[in-house]
Amino acid sequence: MGGRTSISVAIVGSGGAGTLTAGGLLLEAANAAGWYGILTRSVGPQIRGGEAAALLRIATEPVDCIADRYDLLVAIDWLNAHRFDAEITLAPTTLVIGDPRGGDAPPSVTAAMAAGARLIDIPMKEMAKAMPNGRANMIALGVTAKLLGIDRNVLSDLLRARFGAKGKAAVEANRIAVDAGYGAAAQIDLGARLDKPKKSTSKRWLISGNEATALGAVRGGIRFAAAYPITPATEILEWLAPNLQQLGGTLLQAEDELASINMIIGASFGGVPALTATSGPGLSLMIEALGLATAAEIPIVVIDVMRGGPSTGIPTKSEQADLNVAIHGLHGDAPHLVLAPQSVADCLFTTQWTVFLAEALQVPAIVLSDQFMGQARVAIERPADVAFIGRRLTATEIAAPYKRYALGGASVSPIAIPGTLGGQYTAEGLTHTERGVPTSGAADHRAQLDKRRDKLDRFDYGNHWATIEGDGEIAVVVWGSLTGAAREAVTQAHADGANVKLVAPRLLWPVRPEQFAAALKGVKRVLVVEQTHSAQFHRYLRAHYDLPKDVHVLHRPGPLTIGPAEIHRAIMDWSS
Amino acid sequence: MTAEVRPLCKPAEYKSDIKPVWCPGCGDYHVLMSFTRAFAELGLPPEQIAVISGIGCSSRIPAYTSCYGFHGVHGRSLALAAGLKVARSDLTVVVASGDGDGYSIGGNHFIHACRRNIDMTYVVMDNHIYGMTKGQPSPTTEPEFDTALSPGGTGLRPFHPLVIALASGANFVARAFSGNPNETASIIVEAIRHPGFSFIEILSPCVTFRPDEKAWKDLVHPAPVEATNDPGKASRRIMTDDGFNIGILYRGDRRPYQLHMGQASAELAELEREFET
Repeated sequence: MGGRTSISVAIVGSGGAGTLTAGGLLLEAANAAGWYGILTRSVGPQIRGGEAAALLRIATEPVDCIADRYDLLVAIDWLNAHRFDAEITLAPTTLVIGDPRGGDAPPSVTAAMAAGARLIDIPMKEMAKAMPNGRANMIALGVTAKLLGIDRNVLSDLLRARFGAKGKAAVEANRIAVDAGYGAAAQIDLGARLDKPKKSTSKRWLISGNEATALGAVRGGIRFAAAYPITPATEILEWLAPNLQQLGGTLLQAEDELASINMIIGASFGGVPALTATSGPGLSLMIEALGLATAAEIPIVVIDVMRGGPSTGIPTKSEQADLNVAIHGLHGDAPHLVLAPQSVADCLFTTQWTVFLAEALQVPAIVLSDQFMGQARVAIERPADVAFIGRRLTATEIAAPYKRYALGGASVSPIAIPGTLGGQYTAEGLTHTERGVPTSGAADHRAQLDKRRDKLDRFDYGNHWATIEGDGEIAVVVWGSLTGAAREAVTQAHADGANVKLVAPRLLWPVRPEQFAAALKGVKRVLVVEQTHSAQFHRYLRAHYDLPKDVHVLHRPGPLTIGPAEIHRAIMDWSS
Repeated sequence: MTAEVRPLCKPAEYKSDIKPVWCPGCGDYHVLMSFTRAFAELGLPPEQIAVISGIGCSSRIPAYTSCYGFHGVHGRSLALAAGLKVARSDLTVVVASGDGDGYSIGGNHFIHACRRNIDMTYVVMDNHIYGMTKGQPSPTTEPEFDTALSPGGTGLRPFHPLVIALASGANFVARAFSGNPNETASIIVEAIRHPGFSFIEILSPCVTFRPDEKAWKDLVHPAPVEATNDPGKASRRIMTDDGFNIGILYRGDRRPYQLHMGQASAELAELEREFET
């Protein structure tokens, strides 16, 4: 039997069972063994208690998405596992490992068993009780690692690194539990085998999307952040707080999102590139000040790690439904930037590029990440360095009177940084003249609206505005974290003999009609893929781009994702 | 450096050439005069001062100075100023607001600015009315004051900004009257010199919608006692005074927010090590 290029594993348990710890160690172990992988999480709203699922895909190549179906489901207990019924799809070939004393298996498992799936009982809790400081999650980790073919020594080394600081006893207790898992799985066959890892020459990273976003921000030049804690964006802030300080920058915790965005506007007015990170509810509160930064032409970056909405929605789970508010939420005609990273690794690039663009164009920029990418952790090759560093056009030799909002040229006017003699001006949210003096005159209003539109429209964004891959009469048009799944579907379609193109805009606003038309040249059918209830992305495409007559839309709200197999099926059903 | 041989600016040089939108007789003209006199007395170069404001009549003041200014959105001036001061501790940051901008829509930021105690000066021109939107009750309007929006009065207890500032941790609290610009200027000078968050409530009459406030000039009087460094004592005095005690009422010694921008201890390239495996 030939090996597989990826295997998907779900580990579930009630909150506090250590599910996510086990998942994290499994990804690290697979990475240490030479494979790549992705780990994403699905958790309930509770801080402690509730339910948690670690969703993994271990692969011979870097992967950006999880699979449609799971090869292995390991339940540390079944207490709240039914809550994941819709999110963890099983196949007749799925192997399920459960603790018979951990409650009853949910309906999804019994249904899969009726179709042929195997359920094997391992009394993990009881085994753990018999060990000193034994933990069932570490037994589950041992079972899973054994079934994936990860060498036991790889895990032993990891446990020493992870728990060494807690003392020898802690390392030993965890090693005994993991070994017991290996032993319990000794006679079990997963029914699928992962191909041997390829030799990797470059450096490996383990990084989450939120960490990659934060790293991209500081690489782009961000040295000030202000923010209010919010799920699922907080990890960005918790990474930035100590690291900004090391770089001579700082993070200020705000009393609310109204304050945090105004704080970054203040810092940026002072000449320090500034950022905040939030999620949908926070973005809604920031909208008025985003208009201020647009009118006053102050560069700022706002990261929105999208979650289910509207209102408080589903704080812990992903959705792409903030597209409309990010683009159209501002009152008045307020041209600004909206970008979206396309994978965990791309969070680094896109955020760094966004800082560059915001500073170059003196404009607020929104980065639409999401919970899936933000909280996913991947084992990848070290991403290539890019040269984008935020540099704004500043006024230095200033002839009186200084015209902060001068018209003409490239429409980006030199900004005076406080402290610069002769550059004193008042940054203004009222409609203003070139000098920044408030006015309600029609000509000034029009002139400044033109200026702010033109500076964005006339800028050369280069090739990074979109990912365009492959060729064919069918194009899959997708954005954000679903890009990875779409890419896999397109690759599979090629293998099946269908010629399909992938078009994924990274720059969502302003729109690029000429470039988009070029990307769709020769395309007769378009499959739009997005994770929203109302097909926001499809409507956006319709409003701004010419699409061929034949358009299909594959969309659903979060938290259910759209996997590569489902997209592939949608392509093949249509192309045949 | 040329900056060192520049002669000190006179008060008039801190004024811009922009004509204020204020009504004739508005108290805010005198506040502007107090600003320019205070800046001149401190000998600060105009480009080292940033005057930050929100929305309202009083919030128009930045553009009337020759300093750097920010006329932002309604109620958020303190947050914007906090970001600026933390990012640029070398600047002198003065925040200008009114009773609607500062105490109503910006009330939460007021409390947290006091707590945070960043070294800046907050000046609220209080006229007990929304002037720019033509006469609606503000948080400091008397309960029985009749307006089109609140026929017969609001019946609500007025907000007590000085006591709230003390309870929240402001490090310097004063009350001033716009009609005495020299005295107000010297209070502003003291406030800017005092470390941490300094708060000055300036009674500044609205002659258009509150003509009754013209009588304030006869009601104000110097505070009968020296400023204390005991917030409890200062609060009790303010809670029981007649609302027209003018002067510095509290000088605290709380440690200001520690600013540490600019002291790098690591290279950018070092930060990625935690991701390497």
